[in-house]
Formats: sequence, C-alpha cells, structure tokens
Amino acid sequence: MTMDNNTVQNAPKSSGPKFDWSVVSRHGGVFALIAILLFNVLITPNFLHPQTLFVNISQVATIAIVAVGMTLVIATGGIDLSVGAIMALSGALAPLIFTSPFAEANPELGLALSIIVPIIVALACGVFNGALVSLLNVQPIVATLIFFISGRGIALVLTNGNLQTFTNPAFSYLGTGKILGFPFQGYLVVIIAICVWWVMSYTVFGRQLLAVGGNERAAELSGVPVKRVKIGAYVICAGLSGLAGLIVVAINSASDAARIGNLMELDAIAAAVVGGTLLQGGKAPIFGAILGAVIIQLVKYTLLANGVADEVALIAKAGIIVLAVYVQQARKE
Amino acid sequence: MQHLIEMSGIKKSFAGVVALQNANLHIAPGEVHAIIGQNGAGKSTLIKILTGVYRRDAGEVTINGTPSTVSTPREAQDAGIATIYQELSLVPLRSVTENVMMGYEPRTRFGTIDWKAAHKRTREILERFGIDIDVKAQLGSYSTAIQQLVAIARAVSLNAQLVIMDEATSSLDDQEIEILFSVVRELKKEGVAVLYISHFLDELYQICDRVTIMRDGQTVGQRVISETTKLGLISEMLGRDPEEIEAAGMTGLGGGEKAEPGSSLFEAENISTARGLKDVSLTLRKGEIVGLGGLLGSGRTETARALFGLDGLKSGKIDAHGSSGQIGTPAEAIAAGVGFLTEDRKREGIVPHMSVRENMTLALLPKLKTMGMVDRKRETELVERFIKSLGIKTSGMEQPIRELSGGNQQKVLLARWLALEPEVLILDEPTRGVDVGAKFEIQSIIREYVDKGLGVLLISSEFEELVEGADRIVVLRDGFSITELENPGVTEEALIAAIAHHHEEAAA
Ligand SMILES: Nc1ncnc2c1ncn2[C@@H]1O[C@H](COP(=O)(O)OP(=O)(O)OP(=O)(O)O)[C@@H](O)[C@H]1O
Ligand SMILES: [Mg+2]
Repeated sequence: MTMDNNTVQNAPKSSGPKFDWSVVSRHGGVFALIAILLFNVLITPNFLHPQTLFVNISQVATIAIVAVGMTLVIATGGIDLSVGAIMALSGALAPLIFTSPFAEANPELGLALSIIVPIIVALACGVFNGALVSLLNVQPIVATLIFFISGRGIALVLTNGNLQTFTNPAFSYLGTGKILGFPFQGYLVVIIAICVWWVMSYTVFGRQLLAVGGNERAAELSGVPVKRVKIGAYVICAGLSGLAGLIVVAINSASDAARIGNLMELDAIAAAVVGGTLLQGGKAPIFGAILGAVIIQLVKYTLLANGVADEVALIAKAGIIVLAVYVQQARKE
Repeated sequence: MQHLIEMSGIKKSFAGVVALQNANLHIAPGEVHAIIGQNGAGKSTLIKILTGVYRRDAGEVTINGTPSTVSTPREAQDAGIATIYQELSLVPLRSVTENVMMGYEPRTRFGTIDWKAAHKRTREILERFGIDIDVKAQLGSYSTAIQQLVAIARAVSLNAQLVIMDEATSSLDDQEIEILFSVVRELKKEGVAVLYISHFLDELYQICDRVTIMRDGQTVGQRVISETTKLGLISEMLGRDPEEIEAAGMTGLGGGEKAEPGSSLFEAENISTARGLKDVSLTLRKGEIVGLGGLLGSGRTETARALFGLDGLKSGKIDAHGSSGQIGTPAEAIAAGVGFLTEDRKREGIVPHMSVRENMTLALLPKLKTMGMVDRKRETELVERFIKSLGIKTSGMEQPIRELSGGNQQKVLLARWLALEPEVLILDEPTRGVDVGAKFEIQSIIREYVDKGLGVLLISSEFEELVEGADRIVVLRDGFSITELENPGVTEEALIAAIAHHHEEAAA
C-alpha cells in the first residue's frame, strides 16, 4: 500500500508514460507462466526435451480437470474440499469392477461399467454436497469436509487398504494413450474446458450460476432457481473429480486409495485462484483455471527436478495462493 | 478565506471512458455545500477521488491549504473526512455496534475490545438521531432507512471536519429527514462542513449554503443557494432552457385520461405474516397504480414481500387471477406475471460483476431460453431497446453494472422487470437516486405501461410521487391497512393527515 501512496502523489505531475501495474495484476498468470518457463529453460536440465512436455501434460491433466470443476463451485461462492477424496473413491472403484469375475467374462461391458459406475458414484457425492450446502444451508467448507474425511475412508474400506495393481491396456489408455504423440488426457482437458466454457458462456445455467455467485439475494429475487444451480455446480465438480481419479489410476496401472488425489483440493483451489477466480464468487474463468493448473504443475515440476523436498513444494504452493489472492485484492482503479 | 477542501482541474477516466474532465470543488470550513447533477454527471466519482477510493488522473486536491496525501478511505477518515457512500458499505450480518465502531473500537486494558463501552457509546451516538434500537442485533435485521441513519451516525461520530453524504436521504421519510437536518445544522454550528449530494432540490434550500452544479463530468457552476431558483438550477444541471423545462411539467406518473378500472389482478384479504404484517387487505386491478402509504415500519415493504411469495402467509389469502396455485417463491411469482423492483439496489438488485445486458435479462432468462441456451440475438435487441428508451447512460451493454452511476443502475433494474411484460409490477421506491429529468421519464414510462393494462403497486417515501401518481392509496400503519384514499382529490395534506390521524389515535 505504500507504493500506492507514491503513485497517488505523483500521478498528477508525471504525465509521461508510466509503468502500469494493473496490466501485471490482470495478466499475472501469463507473466508467472513466462517467468517459470524462462527459469526452467535456464536452470533445469533437459527442460526442453519433448519427454518433459509429455510428462507435464499427463500430470497436469488431473489438476486441470478438477480445477475446472472447482472454478464452478467457487463461482457460486462455495468451495469443495472433497475433490481429492472423491478421486480416491472413484479410483478405488474402477479396478474393483474390471477385475471382478463378471467383467472378466464380459470385457467390453466390464470396461464401460468401470468408467461409468465410479463417475455415477462421484456425481452422487456431488448431489450430497450440493444438497447440504443449498438445502440445509451448511457452510460449503463444512459440508464438503464430510467427504473430505470419509470419502477416502470408504475407498480404503472398499479395497481393504490394499494397493490394487492390474494390467488392463484398454482402461490404461485413459492415462497412457497417445494421439499424434500427445497424451490422451491432454486432449480430454481441452475438450472439457471448451465444453464447460461453452456452458458458462452460452447457456441459461451458466448465466444463472454466475448470478448466484455474484449476488445470491438478487438472483433469487429474479427467479433464479438458486438451490438447483448450486447443486449443479457441486455435481459437475464431483463428476470431474471422479474422472480425474480414473485417470490417476490409469496412469499408474495401480490404485492406492490412500494416495489418489491426495491434497488435490489444494492444487485445484490454487489453480482456480491463480486463474483469476474470485473466492467471493461471481466469476468463472475456465481457461484461467487451466492456466493456473499449468503453473501449479510447473512449480511442482521445477522444485522436483531441482531436488527440492516435497514439503518445501507445499509451502511454495501455499505461497502462490496467498500471492494470487493478494494480487486480486490489490487491484484498484 | 482559506478553503477547507479545494479540488481543481480534476480529471478521471475509467478504461478510456471519461467520468470527470474538469471538475472543481471548493468547500469552506463549516458550510453546508451541495453537489447536484444528472445521473452519471460524476458526483460520486468526484467525492471518491477526494476520499481515496479512486486515484485521479490529473488535478490538485488540497485540504486546509496543504496538498492532500489521502490515498485510501481510511486515510481520508483520519484526515477528518467522514463519508456515507451512495452504496451503503456496512456489514449487515454484524451487530449495530460493530458497524458503528468498526475500526475505532474502544479497548480494554488488555487490548481486547471493550464491548460494554462500545455498546454504550453506540447507544449515545444513535440517541442523537432519535434512534432507539437494540445495538446488539444484526444491522441487517433493520430497515434500509435505519441502516442509512446508522451509517450517518457512524460518520458523524468520527469527529470529522467534513461529513460527506452521497444521497443519504433517498431512503428516509420526512420525519427522518427532519432529524437528519437538525443534525446537519448542529454539525454546522460546531464548525463541521457538510458535503451533501441529493436529487431532491427542495432539500437544498432548507440546509445548504452553496451548491456546485455538475454536468457531463464538468463543474458548470457554483452558486450561493439563496440566490438561485429551483428552475434555474435544473436548467443549469440539464443544460436546457428553463422555459422548455417548465412546459414539460414535473411529475410523469399522473396524467393519462383516467380509464375505468379493469378486471381484478389480485385480491389480498386479511393477510398476515411472521415479518410483521398483521391484517392487510387490498386489491389491484388492471391498468391502475395503487400506492402504499405509511411511515417507516408500517408494513409497506412487508406487504410487497408477501405478495411476491417471499414471506409465507400466517393467515388470510391472496387471490391472484391468472395463477391458481399459491405463490411460494419469487420464481413462481414471476411465472405468474408478477415483478418486484426491490428498494435495496445494492443488496437485492444488481449482480455487480455482470454486465448491463446480463443484469437486465436476469429475470427474463427462462423466456429467452431455447434448448438450454440464451437466445443472444433476442437478448441483444431487447437490451438495446431498453437502453435507448430509458436513456441509460453506459459505455455499452457489456459494461459491468457496478461501473454505472447509481441512478443508471436503477434504470437497468427497472428495465429488468419491464422486459418481463408482467401483469403486476411491485415498485419499491422506483425513482430512488434518479435525477429530476430521468425521474420524470421513468414515471412517464411506468404510466405508459399502466395505460396498456399493467397493474402497479407503488411504494414511495415521497408523498408527492404517491399523491400525484397513484389512482388509489392504501394507508398502512403497524402492519394494518387502515384506510384507502381515492384519486382524484387526494392531496399531500390529506395523505399526511390520514397517516398522522391514525397515528395520534394509536398514541391516545
Ligand atoms: N468504476 C467505474 N468504472 C467505469 N466507469 C465508472 C466507474 N465509476 C463511475 N463510472 C462512470 O463515471 C460516470 C460518473 O459516475 P458517478 O457515479 O460519479 O455519477 P453520479 O453523478 O454520482 O450519478 P448518480 O446521480 O446516478 O449517482 C458514469 O458515466 C459512470 O458510468
Ligand atoms: Mg452517485
């Protein structure tokens, strides 16, 4: 704020060109991305190797997909802490289904069910979250804390806490498939982002969702079905988390309920905020969230590739959230 | 004589759109100074520059002769400038005390907040305004007018040299305005200057010493109020000939050859709600304006809420022709052809981040829906039409509504409901914050719709608007409908008498 002081006093006198901070704060994400890329090109060994690109794409996909869902929930003025746990739940369910005797007997149907059923379960979790928030008026943090705590527990019970490994090339395509040399899930992210962006920009639901986040009272008084819209946001977020859970399992050809989606809520919230989503609701920059996810992923990768410990990486992420929120708040005409 | 505040050559644009181009303001110590101007003239922007909400692009500001270093609202407060912004900026979920004391709480020896002292101090501050309320209750549980008075009380309590009131009286009734004025006069006696923004020119003659007139971001004049006429001020403000204005007349709601009342749109019989309605009956027919008269807290807004399905009925019934079922939610009310323009623009009206277009069509979305999508072509046409017909001042329909001036936001919200083509429109203070010119236009537009069959329930704290606009006035008191006055023939005196008479009766 001391900086503002100076600008105000100087403003009327200096009529010449002046460095405009608002540009930085408005496009902070892009600047951050460029900075990280430059840093890596200079410092990180083998950064420009195609393999690095593929690794990062395949890893950023899950963050990006969940971040898109999180963006919608935050846009309603809520937050979803259960995304990681829902990933674990769906990730634990899938191998249970396609390794079952029934699926062995009917491989195609088994494969389809192992994708559909976990996602349906995830959607159901979303209905639960949304109902708690909108029908019972539970604070979103508290409402989604229920699955945050219990979801992973259920997943562990389902799998007896065992690591499930499997070989199922068809299912693994979700996480290891390549089209034109690029990871399959990279395309998935692009498709999902475009679809959700389209929904937010052109449909009545999208418009109503932003209105609910922007001013819930006003939206309600204008006849917006506030409760339905909110439930919708949580359901979409949960469904996307379920899908992300499947991708994680497919990448590893193994499912460890204790680890799938661990701390994903932090990554997703960070990505959404870095992407320009306002925590108080009313804005849903979908492509911003993707950009945010890429930044989060690159930060993780940079620290890892340069031998920095995981714990430090966590602190770095927390720092990014704080910085992003600060930049949002500091904007001033 | 040295000026308390001197602003000169102030320029400000927002993303290329000019809001102020050459604005000046000179306030002498201890004077009551008014700023007038049309909606969007730049009044609020000018004071926000003074109080550090915005940064100026050019110009000089001095306080007591020294260049101002104020760059945040907090610094302005500490420099002795207390402000009540046009958009109430209090925290409705917090107690009255917390709102009044915010940032200046008394402390105990241990550095914690001394609540006992805080409550006591708050009660004292409010007493000066004749407000006797539970200071521990949530501020939001009180009416807009009380909230407004609380905001004013807070500002006055800060020991300022200058108190700025941006349209502070717009939600107050005559009695409350009197209280406010007596406080203003007292402040003046203590040597505190008051900067007063209002669209009610009559008020200026009661309390102001001088007036600064703004038009299109420029100061076009500064006058000693006793040397001006109302018509002169209006003509300077609008930049038009006085004769032309005089010919047009001042209220637009009246007029229209009186059609015989149409079929009934709804009948409310002996309704009561948990929110303070005891026993209200009224009918509304096609093509008429029914006014709700009464003092603050008499149940006007509560009646509107009940009719719109916001508050469930405890007893009585509402017969809405056209909809057989009970109206239980706003969505159902809207589907049944009822619209409700609420009085609290900021909290219950605008969605700040959304554009003018999105705000205007928010209630209309179900009708603009084709296969889940918004029909953008129809939407754009409609919005264009209303921006033109209501004369909304905006840089374009994609401009976020929060960037519009208060009066222009109000017009967008009115358009939100007119676009629905409702059968019944409940208007709670429809011309609040709207300048004299636009007020006339809005009233004429409402009258036009009424002539085509719309039924309007009008709530207004301006008796003039009620008396001249309404075909009938239902007078409310303490949650009861007590009498009904029918036009032609109603005068302001008659209305005041009707309200007061019953009031005295109650007191006796
Ligand atoms: N934050 C903003 N961003 C962009 N434009 C703005 C912003 N604030 C104000 N404006 C524009 O500046 C002009 C002046 O607005 P201002 O609020 O000062 O008007 P006003 O005189 O207070 O009007 P009213 O009587 O309606 O309150 C308007 O055209 C408005 O659209
Ligand atoms: Mg204003």
